Amino acid sequence: MSAAQELARAPEPARSGSVEVERFNFWYGATQALFDIDLSIPPSAVTALIGPSGCGKSTFLRSINRLNELIPGAHGSGEIRLDGENIYERGMDVVTLRQRVGMVFQRWNPFPKSIYDNVAYGPRINVRPKRADLDAIVESALRRAALWDEVRDRLRDSALTLSGGQQQRLCIARALANEPEVLLLDEPASALDPIATQKIEELIYELKRELTIVIVTHNLQQAARISDRTAFFYLGKLVEVGETQRLFTSPRGDQTEAYITGRFG
Amino acid sequence: MTPLPVPTTGPSQEPRSFRHPGPPTGSADASSGTVRRAPVIQGTVIADRVYRLTLVFFALCIPALLLLIFVVVGSAGWPALHHFGFSFLTSSAWDPVNGLFGAAPAIVGTVLTSVIALVVATPLALGGAIFLSEFSPSWLRQPLSFLVDLLAAVPSVVYGVWGMFFFLPLLRTSVMPFLRDTLHLGATPFFSGPIYGPSVLAAGLILAIMVLPYIAAVSREVLVAVPRSQREAALALGATRWETIAGAVIPYARTGIIGGVILGLGRALGETMAVTMLIGNRHELSASLLAPGYTMASLIANEFTEATTDLHKATLMAVGFVLFVMTLVVNAIARLLVRRVSEVRV
Repeated sequence: MSAAQELARAPEPARSGSVEVERFNFWYGATQALFDIDLSIPPSAVTALIGPSGCGKSTFLRSINRLNELIPGAHGSGEIRLDGENIYERGMDVVTLRQRVGMVFQRWNPFPKSIYDNVAYGPRINVRPKRADLDAIVESALRRAALWDEVRDRLRDSALTLSGGQQQRLCIARALANEPEVLLLDEPASALDPIATQKIEELIYELKRELTIVIVTHNLQQAARISDRTAFFYLGKLVEVGETQRLFTSPRGDQTEAYITGRFG
Repeated sequence: MTPLPVPTTGPSQEPRSFRHPGPPTGSADASSGTVRRAPVIQGTVIADRVYRLTLVFFALCIPALLLLIFVVVGSAGWPALHHFGFSFLTSSAWDPVNGLFGAAPAIVGTVLTSVIALVVATPLALGGAIFLSEFSPSWLRQPLSFLVDLLAAVPSVVYGVWGMFFFLPLLRTSVMPFLRDTLHLGATPFFSGPIYGPSVLAAGLILAIMVLPYIAAVSREVLVAVPRSQREAALALGATRWETIAGAVIPYARTGIIGGVILGLGRALGETMAVTMLIGNRHELSASLLAPGYTMASLIANEFTEATTDLHKATLMAVGFVLFVMTLVVNAIARLLVRRVSEVRV
């Protein structure tokens, strides 16, 4: 590595949370799921991924924290750079990557443990903080997930005693406790009622000041409400990406227009 | 009134609500369309009832059988229990000539061998189950699982024979001297005394091999059944593979694993043949696991043909009764335990 490169790397705008995707392809065995994706995901903003079922948006989301690799035969090519660092580089530590890139799933999946232990799970395995520090981390994560006031008196209760919306916010708190730079949300509100959905959306709006948010959603109104940029996927290809308002009001691609006007998908 | 029965009506009301809705002349008139339907419905209802009663009968057979065993064994053993009173459970006398019997050595032996079996088998079985469900390459998973299941299908007497001709010599010449002398465990009362071969330890270890497939098979099933979302939750938080298994998969499967262990315990408590062949069958209380002992099941099996006096026979039935009650209590406790653990989840 040359001195110039060394210098260029040294003062890295530490952990800004920008994600650059360059010619990224992904296969499940012999089936190609993603084709030559080029996408720039800016920090401190919400990027929505939309498209009909099976278009590859979830695959793409799961490529950002390399969770897809668990499936036998799955592999990718190309680059996804987190703060300039290719996460598919040989020697990239997947465990560290997943601490930096948190994820929340469509179906909330708290552990069958107490509320406290759920939020403490990440810090406990990753940084092993002292007891008092851990308390502070848990409280802060729950506050950021707008759940603290609802659960402060029952931290020792099972997480499964919470309502669905609360459980989903608990999963967000659990992800936040790792202090990630990027938060991936895979249809986080699709199984929630309108009020719980609204809370999640407000939360996303708050959180985008601090981190990069990528959200997969089937709900176009939701994408329009909460995202700054929207990317439209179709048949494994990135068809169009742009400012959310521009994309929804004057889509450039015919497929994009057909999709957002409800003609298919 | 609607022609359809209210879903909540009991079986006795259903036919009535079917008969009513037709026109008043309906029930006997063969020319009316609505009436032709009536016998069919009637037939269905009767068939439903027969079906239901048959199933209820079958279902009741099971507790009835249990009750029957309880009553028969209990009443057959009653003379002995009555004769010796509470000391039957605490005495270690066994003198058929003078009619003195106590079940303490057999009770202690049963508990000890079962505990040894579980302590040895549980980690092995759990380790195997975790390997099979989490780490094994898929081409190895099927045959290996099959072999584990096969271990459960080996007849008890085959374990006994194998134990006598292979396992006991191995224990006598290497394992027991190693435990007693090399590890200096002989200094504790639990591994002191002469080495015979047939012993509580030998019986416990053969039981461990016999209950291992039960625990392993059940644990494997419940581990495989842990939802992918739980694994993904842990992995997405930066857990390593091992942390995922220890922190998310096993806790989720805990209830089922305990169930598997209890299943193994049930088998260990009642296992007769292999234990009889390896435990040494001696009526004595000893702290040493190297000494021969007795279990309740092997005691009954061994002495039933030789029991000549009524008291001796009643004593053996009483031993059987105690074993029966003990198994019930263990299972009840296990049920409570499992329920308490799973309540945390709900």
